[in-house]
Amino acid sequence: MLEVKNLTKIYPGDVLALDNVSFTVESGEFLAVIGLSGSGKSTLLRCINRLVEPTDGQVIWNGVDVTQASQDELLHIRRKIGMVFQNFNLVNRSKVITNVLSGRLGYVNPALSLINRFSKNDMEMAREQLERVGIADQAQKRADELSGGQQQRVGIARAMMQEPEIVLADEPVASLDPVLAHSIMQHLEDINQNEGVMVICSLHFLDLVHRYASRAIALNEGRLMFDGPPKAIDDARFKEIYGQEAERVG
Amino acid sequence: MRNLRKKPVVRWLIIVGVIVVVVVVYAFGFSVTDVNFETTRDEQRLTSLTRILRALAHPDILEYEQIEQDVDLPFHLPCPQGQAPPINVDTRGAYIVVTPACAGPKDIVTIEGFKFLPNTAGPVNFIAQSGVKLQLGSFKTDSRGHFSITGELPNRQPIEEAQTIRATARQNVGGPRVSRTGKLVFDKIVETVFLALLATTFGAILAIPLSFLAAQNLMSEIRTPLTSVSLTLLGWLIGIGLGGAIAVQIGRLVESTLGDNAFITGGVVLGAFAIGLASVTTLTHEKEKTSELNARLIRTVGYGLAGLAAIAISYLVAYMMLLVGEALIEPLGALGFLGDFVFQLGDSLRLLTPAFAALIAGGAFGSLGGRVGQQASDRLDPRTVRTINLAVAALAGAALFALIGAAIDWFYQVLDLTQTFVIPAIVGAIGGALLTLRVDPRQPLPIGYWVYFVMRTIMNGIRSVEPLVMVIVFVVWVGIGPFAGVVALALHTVAALGKLFSEQVESIALGPLEAVRATGANRAQVIKFAVVPQIIPPYISFLMYRWDINVRFSTIIGFAGGGGIGFLLQQNIRLLDYRSASAAMLAIAIVVSSMDYISSAIRQRFV
Ligand SMILES: Nc1ncnc2c1ncn2[C@@H]1O[C@H](COP(=O)(O)OP(=O)(O)OP(=O)(O)O)[C@@H](O)[C@H]1O
Ligand SMILES: [Mg+2]
Repeated sequence: MLEVKNLTKIYPGDVLALDNVSFTVESGEFLAVIGLSGSGKSTLLRCINRLVEPTDGQVIWNGVDVTQASQDELLHIRRKIGMVFQNFNLVNRSKVITNVLSGRLGYVNPALSLINRFSKNDMEMAREQLERVGIADQAQKRADELSGGQQQRVGIARAMMQEPEIVLADEPVASLDPVLAHSIMQHLEDINQNEGVMVICSLHFLDLVHRYASRAIALNEGRLMFDGPPKAIDDARFKEIYGQEAERVG
Repeated sequence: MRNLRKKPVVRWLIIVGVIVVVVVVYAFGFSVTDVNFETTRDEQRLTSLTRILRALAHPDILEYEQIEQDVDLPFHLPCPQGQAPPINVDTRGAYIVVTPACAGPKDIVTIEGFKFLPNTAGPVNFIAQSGVKLQLGSFKTDSRGHFSITGELPNRQPIEEAQTIRATARQNVGGPRVSRTGKLVFDKIVETVFLALLATTFGAILAIPLSFLAAQNLMSEIRTPLTSVSLTLLGWLIGIGLGGAIAVQIGRLVESTLGDNAFITGGVVLGAFAIGLASVTTLTHEKEKTSELNARLIRTVGYGLAGLAAIAISYLVAYMMLLVGEALIEPLGALGFLGDFVFQLGDSLRLLTPAFAALIAGGAFGSLGGRVGQQASDRLDPRTVRTINLAVAALAGAALFALIGAAIDWFYQVLDLTQTFVIPAIVGAIGGALLTLRVDPRQPLPIGYWVYFVMRTIMNGIRSVEPLVMVIVFVVWVGIGPFAGVVALALHTVAALGKLFSEQVESIALGPLEAVRATGANRAQVIKFAVVPQIIPPYISFLMYRWDINVRFSTIIGFAGGGGIGFLLQQNIRLLDYRSASAAMLAIAIVVSSMDYISSAIRQRFV
């Protein structure tokens, strides 16, 4: 169970990105985070694994306060939280397999990883993960030789190498075409339903939210505007979240 | 644009004012730089210039084997009193005729040659009684072997006996071959290229780690609380001292066992090797990141033993290389330099082992201190943390300032313990204590940014000193020669590449960094997996660029005694031997332009 309590983030320059946000996610849930551009979705996701240091509030995961964890503890917490990014964030010049293996870094012997030694098990696991997302044949290519959809699959494989209990997905399909978007979302769905991994996924399209999420929260200028099942987002709610002039498209 | 609407008069005044100022500025410039076009028209200077330019156009690279034909004629200077003795000229072979047959000093005479080899050339000299040669002119024979020139006789003391006028005809035989100067130039230009190569290599090896410390984006996120900062500093100091001292002791031990007998040596080698192997296998054993004390303790002991073994092995390898290298020099003959190379590597390994040990131990103790500090400041309550901080920060401050004091003492030889040790230590301690009182005990301090700032300042400082100036210092240390040049250029390269490299680190894409960090990777892993792949191409590119620059630098570093072709060039210019200087310049031009080409070709492949 992940509890976010009164989370506030103020960026330098007095930018209030998150304003006293509280919500709870049960294990096994697929939570969608929606909101306009700049509403604080990315910030929220990054506060959970402390890629962004929250200004105030708490993130409590299975009873452990992530926000109070020391540096060492934080590394331990992070390795159980996979992350998938809008622009994939692969290391372009590295091979696909290396990118995937980097998901194991929290587990392996640090000294050995620095000389690129990974155990047989890890190599095997990397191959399995690539197979699962259907790009096992691309393992030896450079990451930037892959298409966008393929790159995002590598991103998912990398996250899965962490044997995560949570996957944070920050607009994972925003730079992909609709067909690819569905295939990527299905991979996340698969992870969620077959492995019981909690998925917290920020999304721009409501049809995707309806289709994949078991619950949704909405942010507007850093404030939590909505928390409930996707179906409950009616026209009134929609205007509340996206502003009065917004038109529903999805 | 209000300026444009100013009254015309004002605008004109401004324009006139600007013109006046510009004229005055340039006039002053002419005066301080002694611009004087009069000298450029001076007759004598023009002839000198012509001579030099012509010499430069004839680089002394190739020469021919020549045969010389001397044809002598006795000659009276001045004409003797009374009857001059008849001169018999043997006209069967080549001969010369001088008209008039005798003359006074500074008179003009005509020298004619007959029956010389066709199309040869050479000088005509007046050879005084003392044997001194004074050139009267030079000749070139026509297709019939005849020449005719005029020359002015030298102004010599009157002598009764006949002296000699000698025409020397020179003819090339065989094909061209590399002249002595040409060979020397070749040797020196090779030396120059390798000087640049070594300087670039050494410089880059040091610049790579330093560039990370001087990269703002990596460093500015390193923030640790005061306890951690202080303990890190103390850890580094203790580690450096301890590591260096232990390494020196081990070095003595190894050396003494080496002398005794082979068994002990073998035993030490095997023992060290076994320990090394054992610790490596304990490392290989994959462990979860447990915070279990036992596991940590075992691992720490393992690392420690491995470290000691590594020092011993390093010394052994060094001595082995010294022995092997020395033994190889003779048998290898022409390839003896390989033996010397091994010897020198061994020697530098022996010298550098304590330095490496000190650095590694410093790093280990520093990071241990940092961790302990971090934990203490995370776990303990703020009041206790503050008390601890008061002690460790004061201690660290004292140590740091005492060190600075010692450095000042070394340079300025104050030789007063109170001034160079006690007072700085007290100031440092007070500084540390004040810092403790000023900041929140757990507040993370931007230590990374401080390190970045210090590194940048040092690099900028070193970079601003030209290698030509640096080499003067190193010539004093290691003697005149290419080695001084290598050291000076390497130092400059460290600073210059360190800056260029760190700018590359600063411009990498941050997304992959974030992604790798999200996997729970530690700092070193993030650098290895997200930073290094991104910076390899620009690093190679800058490395090539720097090699190119270093080749240029190394061509002139000899002017200050740094070896390479510059030394030769300077020597030749001083000796007014412009043809040799020209050969050196030509070699420089060829090497620099081909380096330029090679480096840009390699760079293009990587960008
Ligand atoms: N590093 C930063 N420094 C300062 N302000 C920031 C920083 N990152 C984000 N912000 C600001 O915080 C607010 C929330 O940004 P955030 O990226 O979380 O929004 P978002 O909902 O993810 O937007 P998008 O849909 O465009 O990705 C924005 O106003 C943004 O300008
Ligand atoms: Mg975003």
